[in-house]
Amino acid sequence: MANFFTDNPDLRHHLSHPLMRKIVALKERDYTDAEKFDYAPYNFKDAMDNYERVLEVVGDLCGDIIAQNAADVDAQGPRVEKGGVIYADGTQVNLDACRKAGLMGMAMPRRLGGLNFPITPYIMAADIVSRADTGFENLWGLQDCAETIYEFASEEQKQKYIPRVCAGETMSMDLTEPDAGSDLQSVMLKATEQPDGTWRLNGVKRFITNGDADIHLVLARSEDGTKDGRGLSMFIYDKRDGGVTVRRIENKMGIKGSPTCELVYKNAKAELCGSRRMGLIKYVMALMNGARLGIAAQSVGVSELAYREALAYAKDRKQFGKAIIEFPAVYEMLAVMKAKLDASRSLLYETSRYVDLYKVYEDIAKERPLTLEEKKECKYYSKLADACTPLAKGLGSEYCNQNAYDCIQIHGGSGFMKDYACERIYRDARITSIYEGTTQLQVVAAIRHVTTGTIQTLVESYREQLAQGGELKPELEAVKVRLEAMCEKAFAVIAQINDTKNQTYIDFMARRMVEMAGNIVMSYLLLLDAQRNDSFTASCVVYNKMAAALVAQHCDFIAATTPEEVALYQA
Amino acid sequence: MSLNIIVLAKQVPDTRNVGKDAMKEDGTINRAALPAIFNPEDLNALEQALRLKDAHPGSTVTMLTMGLPRASEIIREAIYRGADRGVVLTDRALGGADTLATSYSLAQAIKKMPAYDIILGGRQAIDGDTAQVGPQIAEKLGVPQVTYAEEIVEIKDGSVVVRRRLENGVETVKAPLPCLVTVGGSADECRPRNAGRICKFKYAASPTEYAALDAEAQKRADERCPETIVEWNAAFVEADPEQIGFPGSPTKVKTVESVVFTAKENLQIGNDDEQLEKLIVDLIANHTIG
Repeated sequence: MANFFTDNPDLRHHLSHPLMRKIVALKERDYTDAEKFDYAPYNFKDAMDNYERVLEVVGDLCGDIIAQNAADVDAQGPRVEKGGVIYADGTQVNLDACRKAGLMGMAMPRRLGGLNFPITPYIMAADIVSRADTGFENLWGLQDCAETIYEFASEEQKQKYIPRVCAGETMSMDLTEPDAGSDLQSVMLKATEQPDGTWRLNGVKRFITNGDADIHLVLARSEDGTKDGRGLSMFIYDKRDGGVTVRRIENKMGIKGSPTCELVYKNAKAELCGSRRMGLIKYVMALMNGARLGIAAQSVGVSELAYREALAYAKDRKQFGKAIIEFPAVYEMLAVMKAKLDASRSLLYETSRYVDLYKVYEDIAKERPLTLEEKKECKYYSKLADACTPLAKGLGSEYCNQNAYDCIQIHGGSGFMKDYACERIYRDARITSIYEGTTQLQVVAAIRHVTTGTIQTLVESYREQLAQGGELKPELEAVKVRLEAMCEKAFAVIAQINDTKNQTYIDFMARRMVEMAGNIVMSYLLLLDAQRNDSFTASCVVYNKMAAALVAQHCDFIAATTPEEVALYQA
Repeated sequence: MSLNIIVLAKQVPDTRNVGKDAMKEDGTINRAALPAIFNPEDLNALEQALRLKDAHPGSTVTMLTMGLPRASEIIREAIYRGADRGVVLTDRALGGADTLATSYSLAQAIKKMPAYDIILGGRQAIDGDTAQVGPQIAEKLGVPQVTYAEEIVEIKDGSVVVRRRLENGVETVKAPLPCLVTVGGSADECRPRNAGRICKFKYAASPTEYAALDAEAQKRADERCPETIVEWNAAFVEADPEQIGFPGSPTKVKTVESVVFTAKENLQIGNDDEQLEKLIVDLIANHTIG
């Protein structure tokens, strides 16, 4: 059957990005683990070989098992029994396979039982898993939470919990409450310290993905009488200690295999993770950034699936005596779907490389002081990761929704029936632009990087890379010229909006500014991809034309809209 | 109680997706056109072995295969999934063996191994579909055999309890150890390859492969997994030259026909009880079902 890694050459293209050499050398501390662990790589080539082989296993599991179970899992879903969750049968099979394949805790260090994979190949696995079953990607992808334990918990807690995650125990992040969704400062779950130093949690959490996990990260109010984010701390709840029950599972529109739980905490024993009062301000922010990258990967996986389903149907379906893919109206849709898929995937891996670089420097800083040069790089990549994560999540999730919509459109009437996968894809896609921060909140996170020059810095670095990459292929010349013009136009308009110093106007135009910036960044990335690999040429050109049109459209709208006119939009 | 488990496996051409090039003009398999894979039911057998290993800590799983030197590929595959080591029985003199010669050669190899508790193998290989090799090995070793196993229920007090899948149902039997069990395709699928084991055991090389490696790769093989895959030849297992390969194979292929099934006529069945019943009766009468 299909292997979801080897059947998609685009993945190898991204995995073999030139920056990987640096990432892997840092992550492997110049390959010194090879002496301590018999499964650690000896050098760069060896490490890349490991990533490819393991991704092949992921591809196998996804093609042979997880994708095959997806429809049944969607139909059956999980259920509540005695205050706990029973996963759908297929979900249990999937999880068991992932455990046995050793695909849990992939990015954790070896000394804690992990594979010490960089974020980039780990995110690639998430991309592949999501294509197989978008809802299952959540359960598998929550191993991300181990990263938060690794970064902020005590050594004792790391030793206690991370090997369990690597062995296959699942995790959850318990943040949302009935009155605290996007506004997490309002979290009310109460944490009370005990004389023995442990804590007790009391209250209710809602919309918790995989709420019956073995190990939970819980955001709770540790400081009595406080009302804002500074009174919140992060806790680790171990299911083995008991005290948390699942009251109900939400009946969702999509990702139905992923149990979304309402949890009741009754004097549940928990451990403080990190420092008091830093729960929201520091740890949740870190947790969310990781989770957002995960959703960006999930979105790309959905886009891939939607594109493949649409392409297969368009080749197969005959009308007026020929396959419908031969009609311009259909093949244009497919080309645009592919362009959006390729653009969001390029941004996904670009972002994950930035995350890899700054995180690895932060990790090294725990072992030895960084040199001045390293500190500078860490800061630089951290900033780029901060700027790109909300773009990848925000725009990637919108694209996967658009692709899911077009996938049904290409199926015509049949797509509206339950007979084809596209209706499930459509339902599964919908959540990606909502959870871990809606697209509107991604705009809030990204806008300051657009207005303060991070994006411009990024564009500058892409120009340099292009200049260094030898002669531009002639078929890409027009794209480059168009991109220069787009930048000039968009950055001028962004400066104009900024110059008004009118915050309401800036907020009103924020999404347009972020979209323009995102389109420019993705267009540059596809240009670099196409320069390196001919198979991206079509997507590069198709996307660039679309992006240029979007920049023009937004600029026209902005030019035609004065700050005073914003009032017209207020209810 | 820790167990010494032997798993028999075969590298076979993938006959499940056969194209028009699958057979050569002389009626033999065109191995070049078909990818070489781990015989599917041997994977079912391996899973049963690995479960025994899980249930009996300290147990070892040793793979045994007969074939070309490249059959070490499936040994590595098995090690990625949890087996400990493997033997490739390979020798030009073993070529052209039928089931009698094959079972003799494998039985000789098993006699060279340390005392075993149980031997597991797939029911049959997809290139020959005979289901004879397992039972013949048991006969030659003089141990009991249980065929068509679906699950090894348990090993306790020197015997094994096996659930067998038969044509008309299942039966559960008990046999004393040591014994040989052949496992069918209705048993659970084999677990996937394990990421950490791949990173370690990708260096495992048979002597033939080892000789072709560069010095650096040889050093890694020595460090990480020395002698995980060994090769034995006919002389080493003290096989009688008259009983192996072509000389030891009484089976002679007279002719091979390439039969292509094509539907000759369509039968329309109406959607009512009467016609459906007639169809069922006809199918039972011509032994298509039942």
